[in-house]
Amino acid sequence: MIKIKKESDNSFILNIGPSHPAMHGTIRIVVETEGEKVINSDVEIGYLHRGFEKTAEHKSYPKIIPYTDRLNYTSPLINNHGFALAVETLLGIEVPERAKIIRVAMDEIARITDHLIDVAAMINETGAITVLLYMMEAREYFWDVIDSTTGARVTTSYIRIGGVKADVPENFRELTEKAIKETRRILREVDGLISKNSIFLKRTKGIGVLSKEDALSYGFTGPLLRATGIFYDVRKFSPYAVYPKVEFEVPLGENGDVYDRYKVRMQEMEQSMKIIEQCLDLLDETAPERVSNRDVDAAEALSKSKFDKGVKTERIKLSPNLEGMERESYDGIYSKNRRFVPPPKQTVYNSIEGIIHQFLYVMDGYGIRPPKGEVYAAVEGGNGELGFYLVSDGSDIPYKLHVRAPSFHLMSSLSEMIKGHYIADIIPIFGSINMIGGETDR
Amino acid sequence: MEEIIDKIKSAFKETILFFEEREMPVFIIKKEDVLSFVSFLKESSFSILLDITAVDYLKWPEQKEKRFEIVYHFFSLEYNLRIRVKFSIDEKEKSPSLTSFYKNANWLEREVYDMYGIKFDGHPDLRRILMYDEFKGHPLRKDYPLKKRQPRLEGLKDD
Repeated sequence: MIKIKKESDNSFILNIGPSHPAMHGTIRIVVETEGEKVINSDVEIGYLHRGFEKTAEHKSYPKIIPYTDRLNYTSPLINNHGFALAVETLLGIEVPERAKIIRVAMDEIARITDHLIDVAAMINETGAITVLLYMMEAREYFWDVIDSTTGARVTTSYIRIGGVKADVPENFRELTEKAIKETRRILREVDGLISKNSIFLKRTKGIGVLSKEDALSYGFTGPLLRATGIFYDVRKFSPYAVYPKVEFEVPLGENGDVYDRYKVRMQEMEQSMKIIEQCLDLLDETAPERVSNRDVDAAEALSKSKFDKGVKTERIKLSPNLEGMERESYDGIYSKNRRFVPPPKQTVYNSIEGIIHQFLYVMDGYGIRPPKGEVYAAVEGGNGELGFYLVSDGSDIPYKLHVRAPSFHLMSSLSEMIKGHYIADIIPIFGSINMIGGETDR
Repeated sequence: MEEIIDKIKSAFKETILFFEEREMPVFIIKKEDVLSFVSFLKESSFSILLDITAVDYLKWPEQKEKRFEIVYHFFSLEYNLRIRVKFSIDEKEKSPSLTSFYKNANWLEREVYDMYGIKFDGHPDLRRILMYDEFKGHPLRKDYPLKKRQPRLEGLKDD
């Protein structure tokens, strides 16, 4: 419920949202204005609350992965990674090098798509619709990569406990290089259009400033904290996967205003592309021998056996969705500890052991059962530190799962950030937060 | 990193009931000394409050003395160190509020209140944040059924 106490007699109460074109992510802001100045405000969130944490307490570990897609839906791969990392830390299993490289590459692709939509929406709301269209084009190139790798555009569920779902497709390098090339061109164009545009500068310079102390006190992480000039990045401070092996810089701002946030995000996209390029080289180094996929060796085995007299044999075709999940690529993509990973489909369809393994993996009460304990694992999400706090009671479902959602903390400062600014400034300030309803409300 | 942990340990010998180094240092402290402990942490470079949450141990395999546990995560930029601070609390007890030290504690504590029904002493504005006001019960409590439905009937009162 909104609770707002009038501070002045000459003021006017104005309601914005929850269904408002600029309130992407459905939130409601009630502001008390004097003239056009905001003197007081209250923010209501929770319109997208779907009870993720409650649901997670009733699902076995692998079944939670699809729900994590729906937290920050502009960068679902990073959410998958964060949750998988938490469970892996609790289990104490190691992920193979190749899977780690794939994870980092996909994380960075997700980060670029996240920043693209955020910057595009923010600039669109300050009046430049062209940039939105340009950036959606760039995002489409990266979504093509995500699509061909994970099989889905948004609901990826790609990074799994113990590894990744499948190896990258054969044309991964080609697609990614094309996406990077096109995105660099588009970012150059956007930079030329916006970075020195006097209208944009007037709408964003000195707007929504939070001091360093306040930013820390509000629990800021990610681009918004870096825009104030504080160097903090989970990828550098507590590196996971192959981040120690790749070179990249962490862009910093100075003033902590909306313009600096835009700048930091634009530079971060360039750094992410650098990381992806390094990952492409690392992937080439660890590439396994390609096997012709989709043909299960069942038919072959049957034709060689002596029992095939009179049996009609046909080569079984696996769905193209299973490309990259062949038994041969398992060493690269899944942990050696096969107790905690799903068996390859060839084994499931062709052997009794495979079926047993499959059932032990998916059946309620069996599955992945981490030891009793608790863990907090964090990754650098699109908006900052995305943490998963997990408590296990030794059964196959988590006793408690809590998400440290970065935009929840950012949103708690909105009232302070818009205070003293004009009503029109609410829009770029809110846009610069990149509030994602799925993540904030969970 | 070692020095700061030793510093905390020596300053709060009486308060710390349990210490363990897992993936991060974990302190279990007495409820009475939470505020002084946190104010000490804030002064000794733990400038970010990462998270506040609670755990309901109602259905935990072994019975616990008190039902809830409040869990804080702090981060120090200077030492690059995350720590976890926990304390037990009973259903009817009030938890101390960290709003005077960290600004994001305001919303985080509202969330804990909303989800678990734990009240915070000294919180300036304790009301629901994710659920609507007319919602009965606290959804993340272990005795709240997963598929319980609630119609929104008698809400919509004038403010």
